[in-house]
Amino acid sequence: MKRCGRCGAKPIIELRRHNVAFCKDCFVHYFRQQVARAIHDEKMFTPDERILVAISGGKDSLALWEVLVALGYQTAGLHIELNTDPAYSANSSAKSRAFAEKHQLPLIVANLREQYGLDVGDVIANSRRMPCSGCGIIKRHVFMDVARREGFPVLATGHNLDDEAARLFGNVLHWQVEYLAKSAPHLSDEDDKFIRKVKPLYRLTEKETATYAFVQGMDYIMEECPQSENATSLLYKDILNRLESAAPGSKQQFYLGFLRHLERFKDGMQHFEMRACERCGHPTPTPVCAFCRLKEEIQRASQPKTRSPKGLRELPVAG
Amino acid sequence: MQVFLSTKNKNISISGPRTVKQLLRELDIVPDTVLVIRNKELLLESDKLEDSDEIEIRNVISGG
Repeated sequence: MKRCGRCGAKPIIELRRHNVAFCKDCFVHYFRQQVARAIHDEKMFTPDERILVAISGGKDSLALWEVLVALGYQTAGLHIELNTDPAYSANSSAKSRAFAEKHQLPLIVANLREQYGLDVGDVIANSRRMPCSGCGIIKRHVFMDVARREGFPVLATGHNLDDEAARLFGNVLHWQVEYLAKSAPHLSDEDDKFIRKVKPLYRLTEKETATYAFVQGMDYIMEECPQSENATSLLYKDILNRLESAAPGSKQQFYLGFLRHLERFKDGMQHFEMRACERCGHPTPTPVCAFCRLKEEIQRASQPKTRSPKGLRELPVAG
Repeated sequence: MQVFLSTKNKNISISGPRTVKQLLRELDIVPDTVLVIRNKELLLESDKLEDSDEIEIRNVISGG
């Protein structure tokens, strides 16, 4: 019978890539230690800095927030009401608010419709973009906007090893060399050198964050976002997890091995001159930032249309 | 045993004792993608399951 590799008690998880099993208490110790190591190794932030934690109500973001607090960091959560799907969004907001209330933590809630004039529902209805792509543009804009306005030097997200390995796998599969250097767990945002984006869970698998959330009794949203059903990231994760089953350690070797060679890929990055967006003023390499372009695309598509006299083309109503 | 599959939101019945590893293999579920839960406790792949057990197989993978 397997025993906890640290204390000898009955284990609740086996980590085949480390060839060890842990009981509940030792797993919590291991999990927090891995987060602390990630923060230290990647020089993500110091105890003096305030950290804005992106909160979706899912296991990863809530586990990250809980661990950062347990490690003694100053944090505030940021939850965005995305409206990807009414029921899913309501549940996501409820879980985020309940967690903040339970742990008496400050939570900033951004309502897209009221504060930014569009939401993910508009992307689904009026944009040719894939929902996940539009959602990503919106989230990145709001994360940075709030961090900038509220004076947070660091934005932390709950991306785990599975997320990062799948993203890297996709970029390598399509040889998107210019994106490789951006697959690091610590980035100075391309829009703003003064706000760092960090991923302190990058050393931990998705199963480990789920296990942590479970043993800590976290009430997180278990439903999958309805819009991500056909996301390619799910296919890449499945491939990598099947590989991991046959060859434990493959996922970690793939991503952490890449990080050891990261400098080599920085040459492939394109460097852009940053300027203020002509619409919103946010830093961007193009005259109008991706968020404002998306917003304008949606506004154009949602205008009432009329037929031309010959009925051959549909034209937007002027004004 | 009764098995609740969270990804499909459905219950299935399976008879005969087996290990968690055998159950997951039969259902073509990759172990790293799920938590296997019995009586609010997490199970290892080597744990044995009996006919009287009620098991939850909870998906842990999210996309987007």
